[in-house]
Amino acid sequence: MNDLLDPLLLSRWQFGLTTIYHFLFVPLTIGLALTAAIFQTAWVRTNKAQYLQLTKFFGKIFLINFAMGVVTGIVQEFQFGMNWSDYSRFVGDVFGAPLALEGLLAFFLEATFIGLWIFGWDRLPKKLHLATIWITALASILSAYFIIAANAFMQNPVGYQINQAKGRAELTDIWALLTNKVALAAFPHTIFACFMVTAALIISAAAWHLTRKQHVDTMRPALKFGLWMMVIAGILTIFTGDQLGLAMVQTQPMKMAAAEALYNTATGANASFSLFTLGTPDGVSELFSIRIPYLLSFLSTHTLNGTVEGINDLQAQYTQTYGPGDYTPIIWVTYWAFRYMILFGVLSIVTAVAGLWFTRKGREPKRWMWKVAIWAVPLPLAAMIVGWVFTEMGRQPWLVFGLLKTSDGVSPNTTGLEVLISLIAFTLIYGILAVVEFRLIKKAVHQGPEEPPEPDEVTGEIAHEATVY
Amino acid sequence: MDLPTLWFFILGFFFIGYFVLDGFDFGVGMTLPFLGRDDTDRRVLINTIGPIWDLNETWVIVAGAVMFAAFPEWYATLFSGFYLVMLAILLALILRGVSFEYRHQRPEASWKRRFDRMIVIGSAVPAFLWGLVFANVVRGVPLDAGFNFTGSLLDLFNPYAILGGLTTLLLFFTHGVIFVSLKTSGSIHERARALAMRSGLLTIVVAAAFLVYTTVSYGTVWSGILSAVAAVTLIGSYIANLRTADRWAFALMATTIAVAVLSLFVSLMPDVMPATNDPANSLTIANASSSGYTLTIMSWVALIFVPLILLYQGFTYWVFRKRLSRASITEEVEPGAAGAGGGGAGAGPSGAGSSGSGEAAASA
Repeated sequence: MNDLLDPLLLSRWQFGLTTIYHFLFVPLTIGLALTAAIFQTAWVRTNKAQYLQLTKFFGKIFLINFAMGVVTGIVQEFQFGMNWSDYSRFVGDVFGAPLALEGLLAFFLEATFIGLWIFGWDRLPKKLHLATIWITALASILSAYFIIAANAFMQNPVGYQINQAKGRAELTDIWALLTNKVALAAFPHTIFACFMVTAALIISAAAWHLTRKQHVDTMRPALKFGLWMMVIAGILTIFTGDQLGLAMVQTQPMKMAAAEALYNTATGANASFSLFTLGTPDGVSELFSIRIPYLLSFLSTHTLNGTVEGINDLQAQYTQTYGPGDYTPIIWVTYWAFRYMILFGVLSIVTAVAGLWFTRKGREPKRWMWKVAIWAVPLPLAAMIVGWVFTEMGRQPWLVFGLLKTSDGVSPNTTGLEVLISLIAFTLIYGILAVVEFRLIKKAVHQGPEEPPEPDEVTGEIAHEATVY
Repeated sequence: MDLPTLWFFILGFFFIGYFVLDGFDFGVGMTLPFLGRDDTDRRVLINTIGPIWDLNETWVIVAGAVMFAAFPEWYATLFSGFYLVMLAILLALILRGVSFEYRHQRPEASWKRRFDRMIVIGSAVPAFLWGLVFANVVRGVPLDAGFNFTGSLLDLFNPYAILGGLTTLLLFFTHGVIFVSLKTSGSIHERARALAMRSGLLTIVVAAAFLVYTTVSYGTVWSGILSAVAAVTLIGSYIANLRTADRWAFALMATTIAVAVLSLFVSLMPDVMPATNDPANSLTIANASSSGYTLTIMSWVALIFVPLILLYQGFTYWVFRKRLSRASITEEVEPGAAGAGGGGAGAGPSGAGSSGSGEAAASA
């Protein structure tokens, strides 16, 4: 029973659950805002009705998704104070600043201009209305930067000093905080991954209609758009992921060791990357594995004969620096999360490349290929989620690397029962809403784009309703 | 004024913005059973806040983030101490937000009824609980030497705090009704005005009781003066409504909420969260605030961006300044297609184009 009501464990589960859930909606919000902006730009420039149809089609899915992103985002912000009050006291001076900047610079913009876009179709001049969706899209990307900069401080604290008297970290250099090398690498990696998630949805929606031979004049270009978006964003995600890996080795070598379950420091050919390991990867009972020599060395140092530090050495090193304790993350989680991230991501890209090949010059793919395109939709999202699980679980036992342990950040006065109540409440409500949300998106996708509206005879402008809800 | 005190008032500014703006959203949500006789009525009501509820709600996200950044100790104590109350607010805001987006996604009456109910609950619960929270902050709570809340959930439901909750509930309700009367024409407008006359009286009585209680028990000279100003503008709003001056009624109501919140902040000074058990454990502007460097950076950001924010948010209100009426609501030509994304249903043949022009009949 004690375990069940342990506020630390429950708070960790709740944070993990609510964060993953929030991040189901964020990538689509970021990617679909940009998609709608691109199609609307194409419409404004060419005046072709099909681009307007696509703008509205993806705009509708974007909106179903958007409210969920907003309301689950408030939970994220309140949760630091509710469940992690000692963490908040310790880092608020540093960590609060990027959150406040995010609100002042990005959230207000996003929330204001999304309203103008939804309700402004017949109230704003065409070009100004186009600007509103671009501002929404760019603001959502900007907000991602600030939150990733905040997260990067937890991975690699910079720009601060410890105030012993107050027992807290204090900001000394905002520029250092915002140009944290982990943030600079993680931000593009995350954003391009968001575009992959969006591309998968576009491909899936287009394939669903094309396999039924309907809406061909809109869905064929949408398919091409989605496939290219996936390939380009996918390649960029790989390159930026590689950069992030380098930054990770420099700032959190334990995380890289945990990603490979590398117990003993290895050099050159021995610093191999295992594609697959059978047995418990605790370093003792490895039964079987497929290994690529040199690859781990290359990933960690960009040289073939580099040295990658192992878990045992790092554990000894950290014990010396930070005192006795276990400084190793849960290895099976990091090991497999890292592999599944790469597997799901690469599969998505391969599928899209194949899609481009089979649809080249107007060719018609076979039925099973459409099926693959439709059902591949969760792959990049799954890659993204296990990627974040790896990032956050690989940081353990630290909440702020080297400064504050997770066990020291939890609210001391919040009872296990309270956290259990909130965990159950969030799980229930989020679960129900996920079902509703999924059905609504599916319905909107299956409905397909509306027929192009007739231009209003009097004004020559296209008429839209002013009351959306 | 030193930097922490300046930020105490800037934080007050963001909470005032939140309560004035999302306050009428809560009010509009709560009026659904009172003013919405049928689905068309309810759609008019929801559409009065359609383009703006999201940006109004963003004020609480920013207020929370500013509190985190400028007063981390206050943020940590308040949010962890009032854990279950904050949870209820969060759940209510989730229900309200998704209901706005979901209710129009399907044509069935049962589907819409479900989300209408959730909008009412999701509006009423935070409207009451925010008052409860701030009244408890003013009243003070038991804190230990590490500033951690040591009371229980029941301590938060004391008579003064419940009175505070009822005050914000009624203020926001009437604020929302007046907003509806300002933003609509035709029958809904008439009924909203009549409802504001009735709810306004009750609001005056309860709010006056709360302001007197606050001034007598926790007030200072300045907070007392502000409370008196709030009482006068509240009565002024009622008289303006009586004389069918919608704009004045709304402006005076917004002023009432702003000044009342300000008076709570002023009565707190120099504390931000007094400890009822031992004054030495009180959180103050000085001991709860961030370092000078952080506050300086944030001051520059606020100086540049707050005017910009007010400008573009003002622009949104200007764009959507027209009154709505039942005629603004487009018939749902194709069941289920009542559209998001700038209106899928607008594509239908039956005169979606008239909606922009035919509604501005009533004068302000």
